[in-house]
Amino acid sequence: MTTLIYDGTFEGLLTAVFEIYEHRLTHVRMQKGEWHNTALFENVIKVVTENSRATRVLKGLKQKLSAQGLQRLYAAHMAEMEGEDDNLVGYIRYVFDAQQNIEEDYGNKYVMRVSEIVRMVRREKHRMEAFVRFQELKDKTFYSAIEPDFNVLPLLIKHFRNRYADQKWIIYDMRRSYGLYYDLHETQYISLDFATVNPGNVISAYDDHEAVYQDLWRNYFTSVNIPARKNTKLHLRHVPKRYWKHLTEKI
Amino acid sequence: MNVDRITEKLNILADAAKYDVSCASSGSKRQNKDKGLGNASNGICHTYTEDGRCVSLLKILFTNVCIYDCAYCVSRKNNDIKRASFTVQEVVDLTINFYRRNYIEGLFLSSGIFKNADYTMERLVQVAKKLRLEHNFNGYIHLKSIPGASDELMREAGMYADRLSINLEMPTEEGLKLLAPEKNRQDMITPMNFLKNEIILRTEEKKLFKKAPMFAPAGQSTQVIIGATPETDQQILQMSDQFYKGFKLKRVYYSGYVPVLSDSRLPALNTAVPMVRENRLYQADWLMRFYHFKVNEIVNQDNPLLDLDIDPKLSWALRNLQSFPIDINKADLQMILRVPGIGVQSAQKIVAARAFGKLNWEQLKKLGIAVNRAKYFITCNSPQYERRDLTGTAIKQYILAGSQSKYIKNSTIQLNLF
Repeated sequence: MTTLIYDGTFEGLLTAVFEIYEHRLTHVRMQKGEWHNTALFENVIKVVTENSRATRVLKGLKQKLSAQGLQRLYAAHMAEMEGEDDNLVGYIRYVFDAQQNIEEDYGNKYVMRVSEIVRMVRREKHRMEAFVRFQELKDKTFYSAIEPDFNVLPLLIKHFRNRYADQKWIIYDMRRSYGLYYDLHETQYISLDFATVNPGNVISAYDDHEAVYQDLWRNYFTSVNIPARKNTKLHLRHVPKRYWKHLTEKI
Repeated sequence: MNVDRITEKLNILADAAKYDVSCASSGSKRQNKDKGLGNASNGICHTYTEDGRCVSLLKILFTNVCIYDCAYCVSRKNNDIKRASFTVQEVVDLTINFYRRNYIEGLFLSSGIFKNADYTMERLVQVAKKLRLEHNFNGYIHLKSIPGASDELMREAGMYADRLSINLEMPTEEGLKLLAPEKNRQDMITPMNFLKNEIILRTEEKKLFKKAPMFAPAGQSTQVIIGATPETDQQILQMSDQFYKGFKLKRVYYSGYVPVLSDSRLPALNTAVPMVRENRLYQADWLMRFYHFKVNEIVNQDNPLLDLDIDPKLSWALRNLQSFPIDINKADLQMILRVPGIGVQSAQKIVAARAFGKLNWEQLKKLGIAVNRAKYFITCNSPQYERRDLTGTAIKQYILAGSQSKYIKNSTIQLNLF
């Protein structure tokens, strides 16, 4: 068993695949993060991300996968799901070792697992498209905080830019401490320093109409409910509790 | 803005609109135009009410003032309730401001009939027109077509709305006569037919000229109330089938009657909402639209009512045991779709995956099929399969014993804890 330590980037993962084939490794284990020089591991390779190697692996993947298939693999890695790197490497190796395109070989455990990961990521992305709640700030920027289970912010750019083309907006991932900012022209990644923000200023930063529309929305949410059809279990399945703290109607 | 007044109006007019179950916001192709606001190409449920229904659109009545006195409707003329009416600008402002905050996908605007059909329809069209032309709003708009409104207004509505709908209200003409004697089914069918032809015409036009304007790109839908009148499921589903085919409807919605009014023609006030039946009707509807079932395979002279205990696909399979078991590694897609416990996506995955090698139970389970139901109807790459020659009744009992219905009340589960 060889442990490959890499930097967590997609290029890093592809470089690792390069090394696996270069060193003809069979049993490998992926590990993200820094390499601590201890004797704990017998076989440890520190993968130094190298674009030229990553590009060669990517080129190979492009020949064996459809554009969509490659995109799915990329999304699965970007989600940063704990402990899934071994499955992604297993998938990539299966892609290279097979004669034909294996994207739909759901009987294979790696293909099945990637398919499951992609489904979970897509669901989280879709949830964020639904659960983002903007609040209008004094400078007419619409601000929203989210805490998605997986890293899906990059997947949200297209949707929100196509939708809110005529308003400035920020979507901030509190858990991963970075956000998206659209300034009416382009979107960019930003990070905010909440430590220096005075909570007193936050309320006053909102537009005067903001509280009114939040109240109207809560009223609407209550009015459309039909008590005779109450179904808490179904409600919770669709709107799990962990999302409530950022949902205007559930606060 | 008079906040208190708007709040009160919103409460009254949202409350009055909530019995309209349609909430779809998908099926349109409207894109964001000239860096304006919104697009309508997704279909997103932004939240869910405590009764578990999707909230996708701002669903309101323009007014709950109505000249009709339909027995099943809370807004009926002789019902003693608070009345309110929005102005066109108020609806526009609410829609835009809710949309900007990502609360909604768009607007669902219905209305009580005040003065006459044209007068009412004109207001609805004004709202849609203003949103589209003055605010460059590209979100989803669903308008009710008011029975009896002129063709001109209907045509204009189609220019601005994504979807139009006319509620048939009751599954049969007799039901409508009983509960809404002032209404007439033909008045609902005429505009539906007009819109169907107009949609076909405009779609042809759009094929020839790409620049031609869109016309109700998400098509038409309708709704029937079930459980208020004595129709059988066979009558209801045959009606749906007929409207899907004849009028190219995108959806028929089934609204389980919620007893809101006391009337000798209606179920008593304490009657339970027929939620299970409603669910079974939707399942049957799905079988017709996505699983290639014919309506008389689901309900017929011998089986006019859907089985409430089990889903209609399982019902059909139990009545047709001679067609099973099928070999999952050989059967064609159409037949796999008919196996209880296998959905459309799983069926497609099975067909794709078996090209690489035969599938066994473990793999099928991973693919997401409900093995507890499917196992009685299929064989796969495994020596294990159901060898007993079970009757339909026996299979039904095994399946019911092994699964817990989602309709079993919470209280029984809580009792088990002690």
